[in-house]
Amino acid sequence: MPLNEPRITPQLVAEHGLSPDEYDRILRLIGRTPTFTEVGIFSAMWNEHCSYKSSKVHLRELPTAGRCVIQGPGENAGVIDIGGGLACVFKMESHNHPSYIEPYQGAATGVGGILRDVFTMGARPIACLNALSFGDPDHPMTRHLVSGVVAGIGGYGNSFGVPTVGGEVRFHRRYNGNILVNAMAVGLAEADKIFYAAASGVGMPIVYLGSKTGRDGIHGATMASAEFGENSEDKRPTVQVGDPFCEKLLLEACLDIMAKGCVIAIQDMGAAGLTCSAVEMGAKGNLGVILDLDKVPCREAGMTAYEMMLSESQERMLMVLKPEKKAEAEAIFRKWGLDFAIVGETTPGRRFVVRHGGEIVADLPIKELGDEAPVYRRPFVDPPKLPAIDAATVAPPMPMADALEKLIGSPDLCSRRWVWEQYDHIILGNTVQRPGGDAAVVRVNDGPAALALTADVTPRYCEADPFEGGKQAVAEAWRNLTAVGARPLAVTDNLNFGNPERPEIMGQFVACVRGISEACRALDFPVVSGNVSLYNETNGRAILPTPTIGGVGILADFALSATLAFKAAGEAILLIGSSQGWLGQSLYLRDICGREEGAPPPVDLAAERRNGDFVRTLVERKLTTAVHDVSDGGLAVAVAEMAVAGGIGADLGGASDVRIEGRAKIGGPEAPDTASHPAFWFGEDQARYVITVRQSDMAAVFELARVNGVPTRRIGTTGGNALTLPAQRPILVARLTEQFESWFPGYMSGSNQPCA
Amino acid sequence: MKAAVVVFPGINRECDMARALKLASGREPAMVWHAETALPAGIDIVVLPGGFSYGDYLRCGAIAARAPIMDAVRAFAAKGGLVLGVCNGFQILCEAGLLPGVLMRNARLKFICRNVYLRVERSDTPFTRGYNAGQVICVPTAHGEGNYVADAGTVARLEGEGRVIFRYTAPDGARAPEWNFNGATNAIAGIINERGNVLGMMPHPENHVEAAMGPADGRGLFQGLAEHLDRAA
Repeated sequence: MPLNEPRITPQLVAEHGLSPDEYDRILRLIGRTPTFTEVGIFSAMWNEHCSYKSSKVHLRELPTAGRCVIQGPGENAGVIDIGGGLACVFKMESHNHPSYIEPYQGAATGVGGILRDVFTMGARPIACLNALSFGDPDHPMTRHLVSGVVAGIGGYGNSFGVPTVGGEVRFHRRYNGNILVNAMAVGLAEADKIFYAAASGVGMPIVYLGSKTGRDGIHGATMASAEFGENSEDKRPTVQVGDPFCEKLLLEACLDIMAKGCVIAIQDMGAAGLTCSAVEMGAKGNLGVILDLDKVPCREAGMTAYEMMLSESQERMLMVLKPEKKAEAEAIFRKWGLDFAIVGETTPGRRFVVRHGGEIVADLPIKELGDEAPVYRRPFVDPPKLPAIDAATVAPPMPMADALEKLIGSPDLCSRRWVWEQYDHIILGNTVQRPGGDAAVVRVNDGPAALALTADVTPRYCEADPFEGGKQAVAEAWRNLTAVGARPLAVTDNLNFGNPERPEIMGQFVACVRGISEACRALDFPVVSGNVSLYNETNGRAILPTPTIGGVGILADFALSATLAFKAAGEAILLIGSSQGWLGQSLYLRDICGREEGAPPPVDLAAERRNGDFVRTLVERKLTTAVHDVSDGGLAVAVAEMAVAGGIGADLGGASDVRIEGRAKIGGPEAPDTASHPAFWFGEDQARYVITVRQSDMAAVFELARVNGVPTRRIGTTGGNALTLPAQRPILVARLTEQFESWFPGYMSGSNQPCA
Repeated sequence: MKAAVVVFPGINRECDMARALKLASGREPAMVWHAETALPAGIDIVVLPGGFSYGDYLRCGAIAARAPIMDAVRAFAAKGGLVLGVCNGFQILCEAGLLPGVLMRNARLKFICRNVYLRVERSDTPFTRGYNAGQVICVPTAHGEGNYVADAGTVARLEGEGRVIFRYTAPDGARAPEWNFNGATNAIAGIINERGNVLGMMPHPENHVEAAMGPADGRGLFQGLAEHLDRAA
């Protein structure tokens, strides 16, 4: 053992996040006391973030196969066939803990990490999305975190040169001490030129590419696998520092060496850096790996083996090189001014051997490092069911027009322009639909095909009923893709939860995964990649369960995508799907009535599919002029968003004769059954869309609806400069627009009144 | 039009620019690596595209202005060759001494990506002959450092000599502070050199050349250039 290394004590083992049982497992596995470097390696490989030890048994339930799937979970990113010989490579990953500790760098390196996951596979990134969850706007940290995270995402993506085209932002007090930053990247590759991590061939050179290794991010993955306490600020040194300039060079150099046929296997250095990438390449290829750390390019002198193996310095890659291509590959990296060093080779012995300063500092069985990581079947309790809210018991505290004005200017529903204007969303020249719609639409190269992209989840539903909430997250992603006219293909999931050692949190996780599985199966929407982030807690208080779903769909012709803006006056406004007036967990109930309660809307997956397929057909046949899905805030908010986007009003006054179906489900004999009740306008029933139709197409649309058994009704007509709900004062579209656009900039500049 | 697009490390809108140039002229531009010391023969316009050359380290455009290829670009401009710099390209032209002034951080200190309205002040330059003087075009911006600043004497000269080519305005062409989103002096979005052969501008006409991607108002710049150069050839 090298001199000056700490002795292996129970305390040291505990500091590495390894339990006594896990340490015993290590002792049995290697038959001796591990070296200090080996303890670091085990801690890096066996933490929750890298090993999925609490989630693995449940993730197996997810449907991962499908006609379009080329590569499911287990690689750097998922790969699907999008036709024309092309593949879409995509994944979403969290960078929650680092972003709370150091918002700019945490979020920036989250973007950098997910981009590397995509281009490691040979794909050129074409779009990014992100899903952000912040604490209460009134919490003293929130503004600082929003500002830093948004700047960090923009700072990295803008400089790297990928458009950030969509995502979501929410606020809730349960994220006060633990924000969520989920970043998704989408890339394009030729379907038969995907690169994988598995090494092959003995004696092949292992090459280190990219930036030098420094002392940043050491134990980042271990930090991300523990709860926060009061002193989370002290963990700033575990946050990595990003350099998007270097990543852009790395992208170009990697795609260049891939195109020139130099690469046998390639793996980015993400969480747990050199350790994880080297072990995975060897283990997946059934080979051993020997690394010589004296060859690793370092930013500073005197780094120990332990530090080098655990550094999470950014913008680095590890590659198994075709030996005959060494000179060619090295010349490409020199051209881009990047480090290129042969740091090891593949070996037949299935050992992971690390040498430093002439000594062997680690000698471990490579397969077992990954495969023998502990797997836990943690105890869980089923979450209690909450009662459905009887709409009849909800007394409207204000007129509906006032409620709509308030909701559209509320933190959770207002425009996110302040956020997405800081992201370059047009670079590469293929952004057909920019942020602000149901899904972004990005043309595939020169077209005509295009990808639709979205990221969705409704955490308050997941908290109230994790199973229905899991279903709803998938259904909403599917619906958003459908609303722009795309055929949904596959998803990536980013599962953010609290401490899995608590049975009620594990219960949320298990139920959400079951819900996601059920919805993905019913909608032929397989999961091809994902990430699990647990221990999102501060001082024992967990976040809302937040399983973010990133969805990808395809349009045959980008020019035919539907948008949500009203296009012309005098067009019919139709509601697709049935309404029971479901107020439980609605934003109306929470933000207008002050009641955060009840069961969330149930998700009827057969109805989702039927209604969505109908809407997509209408878009394809050009029978509709605008489409918007109905989600947070319900029908009134959906129509208002369409009016604001188009600058055209809507008369909904004639809808007062509409009767709500299924009234028995929402309450007793007094249940409101007409469209004059807020439950109709603000209920968050699922599987619904608002569309506009030219008068001349009405007969065709209703006939198609009848044939397909899709509940369709007219709720109003576009036109004028105001939106009018039944028996309500008209609200000027200009007023709605002002409300919609003003909250975010006002909040960030500190000029808003405190939220009520 | 035989264009050369200079590629510095960290530049990221070179493909957008190449696509717009090809759309207007039917020819692929030559892509020239920053480490070269000569431009390809027969080139009639050099374009410095947008991006983050050298990661914007030191100052935006400062390192690129001293790249090996820039001596050739300066010599090309000195002989009257057309040079167009967009966004980071504008910053590089200022740092290289080919245009006066400097691009500072945006007034609100944030990167902003949005469609803006530009009034085309002159149509009698090779770059703007595709437009009418006074015409308002809608093109996107995407920058954090586009706030044009120069000393009072320089600004007075630019204005006096009619060298402000694009200005941020309202959709109707009127000047108003709320439409000058980055705080640029006199709402300056683009300027030309004394000789009229070097143009720098912050917004991205190359991202508005196809109707499907928004207004195709950027197309006039490239088509006007192509016509001018084809006539000259």
